[in-house]
Amino acid sequence: MNAKIFASIAVAITGAVLLYGVSDFPTFGDPRSPASAGVEGGAPSASQYYINESYGDTKVPNLVTSVLADYRGYDTLFETVVVFAAGMAIFAILRVVGKEAKQPTGPRAGSSIDGDHQRIIVGTTCRLAVPVVQIFALYVVAHGHHSPGGGFQGGVMLGASFILIALAGNLDDALTRLSEKAYLSLAAIGIMIYAGFGVLPQLLGKNFLDYGVLEKILFTDGPEMARSHSMLGVEIGVALTVMSIMFAIFANLSTRGTLKGGL
Amino acid sequence: MADFFFNTVKPHFNFWIYVILMMIGLWSLIAKNNLIKKMMGLAIFQTAIILFYVSLGVKDGATIPVLEHYGAERAALISDSSADAIVNPVPHVLMLTAIVVGVATLGVALALCQMIFKEFDTLEEDELLRKIKALHDDD
Repeated sequence: MNAKIFASIAVAITGAVLLYGVSDFPTFGDPRSPASAGVEGGAPSASQYYINESYGDTKVPNLVTSVLADYRGYDTLFETVVVFAAGMAIFAILRVVGKEAKQPTGPRAGSSIDGDHQRIIVGTTCRLAVPVVQIFALYVVAHGHHSPGGGFQGGVMLGASFILIALAGNLDDALTRLSEKAYLSLAAIGIMIYAGFGVLPQLLGKNFLDYGVLEKILFTDGPEMARSHSMLGVEIGVALTVMSIMFAIFANLSTRGTLKGGL
Repeated sequence: MADFFFNTVKPHFNFWIYVILMMIGLWSLIAKNNLIKKMMGLAIFQTAIILFYVSLGVKDGATIPVLEHYGAERAALISDSSADAIVNPVPHVLMLTAIVVGVATLGVALALCQMIFKEFDTLEEDELLRKIKALHDDD
């Protein structure tokens, strides 16, 4: 009880201070706000540079992708590493092998008559839906620099399609399509693809993740197209890692680390 | 009251919503006893921050930050002043990665909760503290 009164007081004070500060902020939708237009009399903001110059620099119409994968590529590389590290942490915390993993933790889906009836409708729907979801996810990854999309979004969709298989049937169905060995190595391969696109320019004498120089390898006309193509490669790496880790999180959490039985 | 609403709250309503959501999250982080409910508070807190960032990028009457496919002519048309025609892409980029990383870290938090439950058979904080204390007294 005391904790709730104390929490209410602390939250009320913090909220009041924040709301007091908010009145000095730019109004909602103001195109001249410092975040969008820079400070008055100062240099133009980074976002203005991106909007005006990024198409000329990279030939990528989706500004979000070009900022994500090129200008802020270093940041995105380590965001992907954070996702990978989270997957490894879950593996280290939860995964059990050997004797402890023997007994299934829950009733197996489809073991009862009720379950069988459910599986016919839900299973058939999912069998039809999953390929469509995966095709759309691949489109989102591959077309991410021309339309809204990219590696993170497409990767999460691909992961969700495997989770859907596991939810509709049982985890074994999903694990035969994407085994533990496969998803762990795909997660690492994704990081390696991204880091590889960083190291290649170094071998050619430029900075880490400076894709422009890759025109010599990719045989593109001009460094801009090399940047565009490298962004696609990088997004594929991100998608592989995100897909594997999303599925790994679900598989480990839903079975308490045994990867048997499931929900 | 109506004056206060139209002059102070309405022009900054996005920030008001963000502060209120963030305070809901903070309150449950402090006051709630159950670890899962604390995780929920953390997720609400994070959502508030994401809302804050994305609302910073909004410009009145602007379009999405995707140039048309044959963007060369369009890009040439964009001068310094008409950068106002496209929303600010930077907050979108920052939050795009933050959402996915948030899901992954929430997964780690849930995994830790699962291990705590396996060990102590409870997720209530006061019971946990009592049981941990009892463990130390045994030594």
